[in-house]
Amino acid sequence: MSDDASKSEPPRRNVVVRVWRILSRPNAKYSLGSLLVLGFFLGLLSWGGFNWAIEASNTENFCISCHEMEQNVYREYKRTVHYNNRTGVRATCPDCHVPKSWVHKLVRKVQATNELFHHLGGTINTREKYEGRRLKLAESVWKTMRETDSRECRNCHNYKYMDFTTQEKRARNRHDDAINEGKTCIDCHQGIAHELPAGYQPPLESRAEEQG
Amino acid sequence: MMKRSLGILLTAIFFSVAVAPNLNAQEGPVQSLRGATAIDETAAVPDVRRQDTPDHRFRRSYRQQPPLIPHKMNKYQINLKVNQCLGCHNWPYNVDAGAPKISETHYMSREGAALDVVARTRWFCTQCHVPQVRTRALVPNTFKSPAEID
Repeated sequence: MSDDASKSEPPRRNVVVRVWRILSRPNAKYSLGSLLVLGFFLGLLSWGGFNWAIEASNTENFCISCHEMEQNVYREYKRTVHYNNRTGVRATCPDCHVPKSWVHKLVRKVQATNELFHHLGGTINTREKYEGRRLKLAESVWKTMRETDSRECRNCHNYKYMDFTTQEKRARNRHDDAINEGKTCIDCHQGIAHELPAGYQPPLESRAEEQG
Repeated sequence: MMKRSLGILLTAIFFSVAVAPNLNAQEGPVQSLRGATAIDETAAVPDVRRQDTPDHRFRRSYRQQPPLIPHKMNKYQINLKVNQCLGCHNWPYNVDAGAPKISETHYMSREGAALDVVARTRWFCTQCHVPQVRTRALVPNTFKSPAEID
C-alpha cells in the first residue's frame, strides 16, 4: 500500500466498514439521473438474469442432466401417458414437481439444493441404491402433494372441467366419491408417471398386512 | 468297435429326428406372421384397432375360464415389486372398491399352504385374465360352450 493511500484512508480498516462508508456518503461526482439510469439497467440485468437462471433450471433437459434422474425416473416416465399419449400434450418434470406460483417455486428451488448435496454425495448413483431408497423418495413426494392438495396436478386437471360422462364407469364413480370425501389426486393416482416402489400400499382406511 | 457303431447309430438317429424334418419344412412355403409378403418387400401395415371394452361383464364360455377384465388396465403396473390390481381386488381392499375378490385358490402356495398374500405362482394376473374386448375372433373357430352342446 502506498503512502498516499494510507494517509487518505486509515489503514487496516475492515472491508465491511469501508464499503459502508462508500455507500453511505453522498456522491459528488455523478448526477442522480445517470445513477438512476445505471441502476435501472443493472436492476433489469440482475432481475432478468435471476429469472433466467430459475427458468433454465426448470426444464426437463436440466433435470435429466443428472444420470440419477435420466436413468431411473425419466426412462420410466417415457413409457407413461404424461409423456406419450393420444393428443401429444406433454407434462415435463417441472410441470409436476415444481410449483407454478412464484413464492412456492422459489421455496422449492431452495429445497432443491439438498438434492445437489445428495448428487455430489452419490446417495442414489446406482440403480440398486435408487431402488433401495425408492419408497422413501416416493413417500416424500406423495406427502408434499397431499399437503398442497395436489396443486401441481390441478394446474392441468380440474374437477370443474372434467366431463364425467366420457369417463369409464369406474372412474366416474370414484371421482364422484373423491369429491364428496375431499380426497386429493395423489390419494389414488400414485405411480402414474414412475414405477411404484416395492412395499407400496394403496392408501385405504382398511389396510391389509404387507403384501409382496 | 462297439463305441464307434454306437456313435454312428446315435448320429443317424439325430439326423432322422432333428435335422430331416427341418429340411422338409424348408422346401414347402413358410407362412410366418407377416403373411405371404416376400422378404424384400414391405408388408402392408395392419389396421390399428381401438380397445373397445364394454362396462358390463362378459359371460364365461366354460367353467374353468379365468374371468375377463371388464375395464382397461394397460396402465397398471404388474411386476416383481408391485401389483396394482391388488389395490382393488385383494381383500380387504375389494370391500371399499366394490370389486370382485380374488379367488381363495390364488392364496395357496405351490405346496398347498394357505397364505395371506397372493401366491407368487398367481402373481401375474394377465397371464390368465385379459381385458374383454368387443371384436371379432382372432382365429375363426367352431368353439361351443358346454351349455350349447346337448
